[in-house]
Amino acid sequence: MTDTNSDAAFVEFQRVQKSYDGENLVVKDLNLALPKGEFLTMLGPSGSGKTTCLMMLAGFETATHGEILLDGKPINNIPPHKRGIGMVFQNYALFPHMTVAENLSFPLEVRKLGKSEREEKVKRALDMVQMGAFGGRRPAQLSGGQQQRIALARALVFEPELVLMDEPLGALDKQLREHMQFEITRLAHELGITTVYVTHDQTEALTMSDRVAVFDDGRIQQLAPPDQLYEEPENSFVAQFIGENNTLEGVVKSIDGDTCLVQLDDGSEIDAVPINVHNPGERTKVSIRPERVEFNKDRLHADAHTLKATVKEFIYMGDVFRFRMSVAGNDEFIVKTRNAPDAVRLQPGQEIDIGWLAKDCRALDA
Amino acid sequence: MTDASQNAGPMLAADGTPLKQSLARSLRRQKLRALMLIAPLLLFVIFSFIVPIASMLFRSVENSIVQETLPLTVEALQNWDEFSGETPDETVYDAFVRDMVVAVDNKTHTRLGSRLNYEETGMSSLFRRSGRKLGKLDPETDGPFKEQLIEIHEGWGEPQTWAVIKTHSPAVTNGYFLNAVDMRRTPEGAQSQPEDKQILIKLFGRTLFMSLIITGACILLAYPVSYLLATLPMRVSNMLMILVLLPFWTSLLVRTSAWKVMLQQQGVINETLVWLGLVADDARLVIINNQFGTIIAMTHILLPFMILPMYSVMQTIPPYYTRAAKSMGATNWTTFWRIYFPQSIPGIGAGSILVFILAIGYYITPEIVGGTKGVFISNRIAYHISSSLNWGLAAALGTILLAVVMLLYWCYDKIVGIDNVKLG
Repeated sequence: MTDTNSDAAFVEFQRVQKSYDGENLVVKDLNLALPKGEFLTMLGPSGSGKTTCLMMLAGFETATHGEILLDGKPINNIPPHKRGIGMVFQNYALFPHMTVAENLSFPLEVRKLGKSEREEKVKRALDMVQMGAFGGRRPAQLSGGQQQRIALARALVFEPELVLMDEPLGALDKQLREHMQFEITRLAHELGITTVYVTHDQTEALTMSDRVAVFDDGRIQQLAPPDQLYEEPENSFVAQFIGENNTLEGVVKSIDGDTCLVQLDDGSEIDAVPINVHNPGERTKVSIRPERVEFNKDRLHADAHTLKATVKEFIYMGDVFRFRMSVAGNDEFIVKTRNAPDAVRLQPGQEIDIGWLAKDCRALDA
Repeated sequence: MTDASQNAGPMLAADGTPLKQSLARSLRRQKLRALMLIAPLLLFVIFSFIVPIASMLFRSVENSIVQETLPLTVEALQNWDEFSGETPDETVYDAFVRDMVVAVDNKTHTRLGSRLNYEETGMSSLFRRSGRKLGKLDPETDGPFKEQLIEIHEGWGEPQTWAVIKTHSPAVTNGYFLNAVDMRRTPEGAQSQPEDKQILIKLFGRTLFMSLIITGACILLAYPVSYLLATLPMRVSNMLMILVLLPFWTSLLVRTSAWKVMLQQQGVINETLVWLGLVADDARLVIINNQFGTIIAMTHILLPFMILPMYSVMQTIPPYYTRAAKSMGATNWTTFWRIYFPQSIPGIGAGSILVFILAIGYYITPEIVGGTKGVFISNRIAYHISSSLNWGLAAALGTILLAVVMLLYWCYDKIVGIDNVKLG
């Protein structure tokens, strides 16, 4: 972080392609640059190519085409053990025949560090993850969360500048996972290491990362900070994949700068922000977040669009109320509202007007 | 929970009976049913396996034939000093004739002769030749017998003959075990066999040594194959697996005979080497009917027993350990030696135990390709069972072999730990 040159790309993918069978591309034309100290998450459904990207960076897979640069140097022909990249695996990959301390000492031994130096670094790494008392144990004697910490400490003990994590929290229960999310981000920022994190869990991606790269079909669909990703999805895949989303389908009637008029399939017309529609007559999917929909007449903005809705279902979730409604022919339209003292509980069958700000309504590709 | 800790007495079931009792009752039916299911196999195993083995083991110390055939003689010999160097007195001869008349009648004297012949050559013919004439004597009227007996066969005038009978008269003997380790039971106690008869210890040693070499050769050959099997893609590894299992589908005899064809002096290997000019026609390699032939053929035959346990262990070593090690900066060799190899040791252990125990008791292959120098202790056991009919000695050898295997197994358990062994 103190590096003056922190804006220069530390890791860079240049037009990288990968194919396993010579017929299908798993990774298609990947371009990605991340500066030193960044925490970048690769998010996507399974089979989207995110793990393959990570493995190419680690050196366990070779790129079929394109260049991967680490600190400005191409690393395509450098074997994994010479790349100096720390890695945390999905199933921890702690060596079962070694104690915790031996596991941590291993990367230092292969670097031919002296005994006292090794012991000191192992101790420091164990303390860093609050596992100082567990050096003599075997991995099998530790709980999942503890193994996770050891795996993290082992990836960090030889002080790599880049750490890769492949769904490291996948095997933990929810509470532990949330705790470890915080721990990992704290360590990453304290130590100033560049982190590439792979997950299919969007909450994890949103809470931990500086930037998130959403993968689908071998391409990065959107690369943005978490808030931008959630609030301003650039295409309907990202809108659907990140968080809960309502989709209304229709045809673009006219585009006027920052707004466009969309005629929904049932005939009603709404305003939306044109994101990737360019010509009148194009089909589009309009995306609205459930919590941005308002049905309380007093709170509806004056310029908000309104549509008729029929309540189908009321779901009580504690902190929020969740309503399923039928809107413009879509029976799965979700509206969320906070469980505030004055919150209204709509009953199934009730017919109401709902509305939202035009800027929260994004016209995306069909 | 709190109820139980507050009540001082035992936990009670809902109907007031103690909980343990009612649990035992409900489990009893299950246990009975399980026992019924395994009963046929259990009976089969008991009658066809455990009983014969037990009786065989018992045979290695059983020696009632002398007492049963010559009860009066054995009793009379108690008062004779076998170290005096003189023949026993008339009472012993008298008792002997009375015993022999009964024995000849029942035709058991030849069996006794064969039994004693194991200890002293010549005893068999002594009993056989004297039998007919002895049987005609009448113990009540024809005495005294000492002179008559020596007349019938001068062997009866030798103190040594009587010493042998007396030494081997107890119903339980360690004689067979002493024989099995190249010693013998004499009036003066256990003594070594004469040098030219010492063969069994050497055979035991050779069996152990060659089994170790075969096990070692199997480890060396099987390790890379198992590694390939475990790491190659499924389709290829299945093909390889069939090649590994192929020998299992061929008769053992056929495989061993094939080695005979390969290895003999006019065999495939020698012919090829001579044709290539690598070996002169008059200096063909002797690679069969010796230890070398046994080792080659048995290594080949036992190889699958090493590959299968190794493969099943290696299959469970996930590839991410290797990747993790490499990501930490370990070279390929370090990764193999520090990470992969230690995790594959249980497979080596399991395979080694299996191969070693199979090898130590192997019979057919050494018999066919081993000649005289390459035979195992089991071939000697077979010889005593089917040719010399010295079942006692065969049983003693078998017992020692069993004890050696169990001892090695115990050592292995102490050193490696038997729970580390994975057979699949």
